[in-house]
Amino acid sequence: MMSEKILTRNFGRIDSHTLTAYLETGGYAAWQRAQAMEPAAITEEVKQSNLRGLGGAGFPTGTKWSFIPKNHAGPVYLVINADEGEPGTFKDRYLLEREPHALIEGMLIAARAIRSATGFVYIRGEYVEPWRKFSAAVREAYDAGYLGKGFDVVVHRGAGAYICGEETGLISSLEGKKGWPKVKPPFPAIKGAFGMPTIVNNVETICHVPHIVNRGAAWFAALGTKTQGGTRIFSVSGRVRKPGIYEASVAITLRQLIDELAGGVAGNGRLKAVVPGGSSAPILRSDEIDVTMDVDGLRNAGTMAGSAGVIVMDETVSIPEALMVVARFYAHESCGQCTPCRESTGWIYKMCHRIVEGHGRKDDLDKILDVAKRGAGTTICAFYDGAVGPYISYIEKFRAEFEALIPK
Amino acid sequence: MPKLTINGKEVEVPPGTNLIEAARKVGAEIPHYCYHPGLSIAGQCRLCMVDIEKTPRPTIACNTQAADGMVVWTETERVKETRRSVMEFHLINHPLDCPVCDQAGECWLQIYYMRHGLYEPRMTDAKVHKPKAVPLGPHVILDAERCILCSRCVRFCDEVTGTGELGIFNRGDHSEIGLFPGKELANRYSGNVVDICPVGALTDRDFRFQVRVWYLDTAKSVCPGCARGCNIEIHVNRRRPHHAEGRRVARLKPRFNADVNRWWICDAGRYGFEFVDDKSRLLMPSRRDDEVVTDVAWDDAIAGVAAALERTASADVAVIASARMANEDLWALRRLLVHRGIRQVGFRLPPRTPGDEDAFLIRADKDPNSRGAELCGLDGDVKEILAAARARQVKMLWIFGHDLFDSAWPEAEIAGALRAVETVVFVGTNGNATSERARWMLPAAAWVEREGTYTNFLGRVQRFRQAAEPLGQALPEWDILGRVLVALGAGAAPSRAERWFRELAEAVPAFAGLTYQSIGDAGAVLSAGRPLP
Repeated sequence: MMSEKILTRNFGRIDSHTLTAYLETGGYAAWQRAQAMEPAAITEEVKQSNLRGLGGAGFPTGTKWSFIPKNHAGPVYLVINADEGEPGTFKDRYLLEREPHALIEGMLIAARAIRSATGFVYIRGEYVEPWRKFSAAVREAYDAGYLGKGFDVVVHRGAGAYICGEETGLISSLEGKKGWPKVKPPFPAIKGAFGMPTIVNNVETICHVPHIVNRGAAWFAALGTKTQGGTRIFSVSGRVRKPGIYEASVAITLRQLIDELAGGVAGNGRLKAVVPGGSSAPILRSDEIDVTMDVDGLRNAGTMAGSAGVIVMDETVSIPEALMVVARFYAHESCGQCTPCRESTGWIYKMCHRIVEGHGRKDDLDKILDVAKRGAGTTICAFYDGAVGPYISYIEKFRAEFEALIPK
Repeated sequence: MPKLTINGKEVEVPPGTNLIEAARKVGAEIPHYCYHPGLSIAGQCRLCMVDIEKTPRPTIACNTQAADGMVVWTETERVKETRRSVMEFHLINHPLDCPVCDQAGECWLQIYYMRHGLYEPRMTDAKVHKPKAVPLGPHVILDAERCILCSRCVRFCDEVTGTGELGIFNRGDHSEIGLFPGKELANRYSGNVVDICPVGALTDRDFRFQVRVWYLDTAKSVCPGCARGCNIEIHVNRRRPHHAEGRRVARLKPRFNADVNRWWICDAGRYGFEFVDDKSRLLMPSRRDDEVVTDVAWDDAIAGVAAALERTASADVAVIASARMANEDLWALRRLLVHRGIRQVGFRLPPRTPGDEDAFLIRADKDPNSRGAELCGLDGDVKEILAAARARQVKMLWIFGHDLFDSAWPEAEIAGALRAVETVVFVGTNGNATSERARWMLPAAAWVEREGTYTNFLGRVQRFRQAAEPLGQALPEWDILGRVLVALGAGAAPSRAERWFRELAEAVPAFAGLTYQSIGDAGAVLSAGRPLP
């Protein structure tokens, strides 16, 4: 199922990152249009479009914008989360490298909607080329007068912590502090970066905004499902014949995505499991992939759309080893702030490692499940809940494979 | 004011009160580590979970403000289960070295495990190892393995002292408290991090390995280290005298007083008690004849001093009082001065090095009771007294506590003055260069060994209680002065500090109406009233 390419329409052009190319393909027309719109009308248009956050949480974007207090007198900040760190996800780097002006134009429009004069773009530290390309585009936009006239963009590079992709961890880091998520309330829209109302949006989310303004909310909504409009970019990796990024309607099914776009299962050709939304999304068995890839479709399937990082595993993949790798990642990346996450990510990794090494004990699996469930929902941010997704789903869905590794 | 229901009891609290504080009002204790009322909310220990009706899952109480109509339950099964889980997480990488940990007995890991944990340990894997016995500064030492990363110490240095020495480094279960490069935990309030550390991670280098906390007795007191009068608790080791080489005062801890020091004290005050068990303490009354010092009985010493007073014309007697004396002592002295008609009295000596001061607690005036001494009318010119002494116009000089040689005045002037006086009487806790030139040396009880009151620079009268027996035969100054008054035929003298205070309150207008009862634990502010002339 191919759908119209929107975000990636220019990816074929070698100069797609330049202002010239962007203008040739209708760039900054939406900004012209938006300047004639009332801020509230822009927010309303985005609400109607059913655009939902594409960084992971899937929160309705227009609704988020409307949380900015109306009577606030000081600055309001727009922060773009370009800290793409979710394992299995590599879409924002392409947008930054190949369509940077779409992000700038989207930011201009979003900033008008929330009455912000300053936008920060927090780019993952390892993303050197995306940072170069995006920074060059920012300079072009200043030179061309799109930026610097009521709206400024500050590009900030991260230093390599996954947790800085969590919106309040990102804000702490942006403020120059250790990237620790903040206790909520207050929420960022009330008290965010530097104590001011702040909207944090994902790169891809904001890149959609110019198209919504250009072509209307109804067009965008119709591209998707009832509760989520538009297309999104799926990062498909693992055992598929054609790994890469694919833009498709959110209404595409996981089976279509794997078979029709990504060329089908590689390895021994027989599908074992799929992680549909980045490493934090609970795993799906091969018989669970007839599911639409929108936020609610995957939620109803007991997993999540997350960042649309699709990790495909064929039958030769060891699920216990996969869980060990995932557990090592979460143990390494836990910020260490909240006790349950700090302590149990390390503990669970040690147990997973032991099982894989053949030193598992009979009660280990139940212990992991119990520890995971006890910690879930008790922490400041969603990091630990993201870790719990794989802990529980890998073991519950592939328990026999784990038990086979545990000495009798 | 929001009215809410906690465990079925209705309570009204000021707006902004969080649920931990609101629950205290109905007698419910919500366990917590990272929350401290004097610091910002961190919300990271995750122990203070409570159930709030209409919320889907337990919520942290520290970051939830009481709201009108809120219905809170602190002891539901779900809450108890969450606490057990969080306790398990707190302890999986903890070394469980209670037998060698100084915090044992006052450790919130122990307390909460016994109250809320009590699970079977399930951690069978290797624990994370971190640095141990790391000195962070002159007073504080870190055991990173015992640390539960509540960040109270970090927030203290960021928010209270503003010195920012500490941070949490690394991530996940390798996170650890540490110093920023080039920093040392040497701010003037560093000892407070030990008090607020809920576990044995930060311990006091002075106190550790001295005595187990369960052998300590405590008494409410006031710090005598400066004119602020921070409220403290004195922890004394009476039950294991063979520990800590006979040191009786084990440590001083701040005692909360909203109007004086809140939860804090400075390091100078915290560690300023060494003199109490020092070898230089005076233990027996003694008399010096030429260079021969003889211990004498109190009755003989009192009779000797009284005889010297009677023998000397009152115009030839001078007294150097001290603002380290309690109000009760100062009042007893005042009575003696009036009885004998002695007019030459003062208490202020310029310190050799001027006292430091800051905008928080530390005052330049390093004496606890200058205000009390002023109000008792003892504020004469000590420089004039010493000049008169050098001019042989003073035959008897009575000195309380001071080492005159420790002042900013030239040593030769002091020595000349002391040489020129026939009878020098010294009353003090410890011997010094001045006492060595005295004919009579009378041992005074240190503030931890007696009762009394100080008046701080803001006019707050605060009580300190007895924590230990006086060393040797030391007596409170009011008792020494009372005995001299009796020997002089001035009639009966009060036999308890409280009675002296009662007399003071009747005689000095500023103290009118105050009693030990009304002063209580938190102190009471003087009424407006001028000092006695």
